[in-house]
Amino acid sequence: MSESDTNSAKMAVSDDVMIDIRGMHKWYGEFHVLKDINLTINKGERIVICGPSGSGKSTLIRCINRLEEHQRGDIVVDGVELTDDVKHIDQIRKEVGMVFQHFNLFPHLTVLENCSLALIWVRKMPRRKAEEIAMHYLEKVKIPEQAKKYPGQLSGGQQQRVAIARSLCMSPSIMLFDEPTSALDPEMIKEVLDTMIQLAESGMTMIVVTHEMGFAKTVANRVIFMDDGEIIEENEPEEFFTNPQSDRTKLFLSQIM
Amino acid sequence: MSVHTPAPDLPPPSTEVGVIGWLRQNLFSSWLNSFWTLLAIYIIYLTIPPLVSWALLDANWFGSDRTSCDANPDGACWVFINVRFSQFMYGFYPASEYWRIDLAGILLVAMMVPLFLQRFRYKAWLAAAILLVYPVIAFQLFSGGLFGLLPVETTRWGGLMLTLVLSGVGIVASLPIGIVLALGRRSKMPIVRSVSVVFIELWRGVPLITVLFMASVMLPLFLPEGTHFDKLLRAMIGIVLFQSAYMAEVVRGGLQAIPKGQFEAAEALGLSYWKSMGLIILPQALKMVIPGIVNTFIALFKDTTLVLIIGLFDLLAMIQAGFTDTKWLGFAIEGYVFAALIYWIFCFSMSRYSQSLEKKLHTGHAR
Repeated sequence: MSESDTNSAKMAVSDDVMIDIRGMHKWYGEFHVLKDINLTINKGERIVICGPSGSGKSTLIRCINRLEEHQRGDIVVDGVELTDDVKHIDQIRKEVGMVFQHFNLFPHLTVLENCSLALIWVRKMPRRKAEEIAMHYLEKVKIPEQAKKYPGQLSGGQQQRVAIARSLCMSPSIMLFDEPTSALDPEMIKEVLDTMIQLAESGMTMIVVTHEMGFAKTVANRVIFMDDGEIIEENEPEEFFTNPQSDRTKLFLSQIM
Repeated sequence: MSVHTPAPDLPPPSTEVGVIGWLRQNLFSSWLNSFWTLLAIYIIYLTIPPLVSWALLDANWFGSDRTSCDANPDGACWVFINVRFSQFMYGFYPASEYWRIDLAGILLVAMMVPLFLQRFRYKAWLAAAILLVYPVIAFQLFSGGLFGLLPVETTRWGGLMLTLVLSGVGIVASLPIGIVLALGRRSKMPIVRSVSVVFIELWRGVPLITVLFMASVMLPLFLPEGTHFDKLLRAMIGIVLFQSAYMAEVVRGGLQAIPKGQFEAAEALGLSYWKSMGLIILPQALKMVIPGIVNTFIALFKDTTLVLIIGLFDLLAMIQAGFTDTKWLGFAIEGYVFAALIYWIFCFSMSRYSQSLEKKLHTGHAR
């Protein structure tokens, strides 16, 4: 994509707060995974979270749609506070779509059924309308011709694009990406990244855990570096890559660049 | 430089292909294998021809009593099976009412045929009708009482009909109970989990014979004086609870094989617990454990013969009663061979059906 596209995409950020995380802690038994996380994300922002493995980046985004439970602090998503209340959890999951490292498509259902399932059973939509919407998003990720196939018949890149379409079908206002390209063969990474860039241009609020620094540079408006369960540094990509402040960030960048 | 022309292909030696090649490779590849082949041929020669002449060539097929069999004692006496056939099928059910059992059987087959048709669109409704409506109809037909049908007590039910009723109810009821128990055992709620674990381990820990004895002998002692609680029903409940514990463990095996990501993807899409179980997890888990489920079904089908020890006359018990009748003493072998054949036909059909089902549902890794 060209410079001007990127810049126009970057301008689409508004002042509405989408996600507000304050003083959040999480433990796995004795192990303190997330330590005092404070993070505010505005509507239309695209955040890239990076850091060494085991630093808690995946756990952080999995807390946002309650795949993991936090023990202290507050998470507010689009005005709804995340508590044990099932209604709140359901409400937040409606707003938040998620794409996983291993795609997690449902292997016993066709691509079309994968995408229309939640529309039919969660949104209570008639089958025909749900399938129309599913086809619309499959066209957006450029694989409408695979609709009748089973996930096992697709390549990794195609599967991940189906997974993105499946999330988009629920028209979320926030998309979480948990290392979406880490399980892919190199030649398939680009097709998935292109889909994500296209999504970013449409103004979607995105939080992406990834090691793709090229993606961070072109798409993100903020890069967050995590290590050992803490947010060490956050900055605009330009600054982050050229002028990292902390030693740990410098070390990390020197190892991956 | 001369151009190289490859030598033409020669036909392989006759010892490598065709019948001789096959024999050499498979039966006479070494001295030891040749020895085993010859030994096996000798054993087949010793056993098969006498069996065929006993069961088929020299057998007594026709007649109405044992006179023809006594005249030709070298062959099997299928007359015995012929004469007693309707008792083996219907037990002590009144002969004038056999049509009710036949009708129930035909109705079941007729209802199930559309399930196997590709184009039939209302499979779910039909399956629900078979599971919920059909048992009521069949029970009415069997026990009578309504619509001027002669009442037939369950003590008179017997033979293959009783075997099919017991195993049918056992199969249909133990699968859903087993699924609920398996989900319960993996539940995060401590009480649900403990209840499931205790139930499963309790029933798995006792032999089926004990369960049946308890149901028929001990249970009435605890019930208030004068309460009538049908013996067949007690045996059925015993079998269902016993088998559902086994079923639960089979299903749990399938549930454990489903990757955590499937649960998470379902959760992230906003599916509730029951929806994600019913739409995502169970369809995959059950498909994976079809061999185990059918294995349990087959075991259940054969285990129903144990009801004879509490005085219910299933197929095997009817056959045994037949050859201990003084009129037919001495034809136990024929009786047991017949029983084995019937059981084998049913079990083998179940096993074949499960194989075809596995192939049909195999979508996960199809390329």
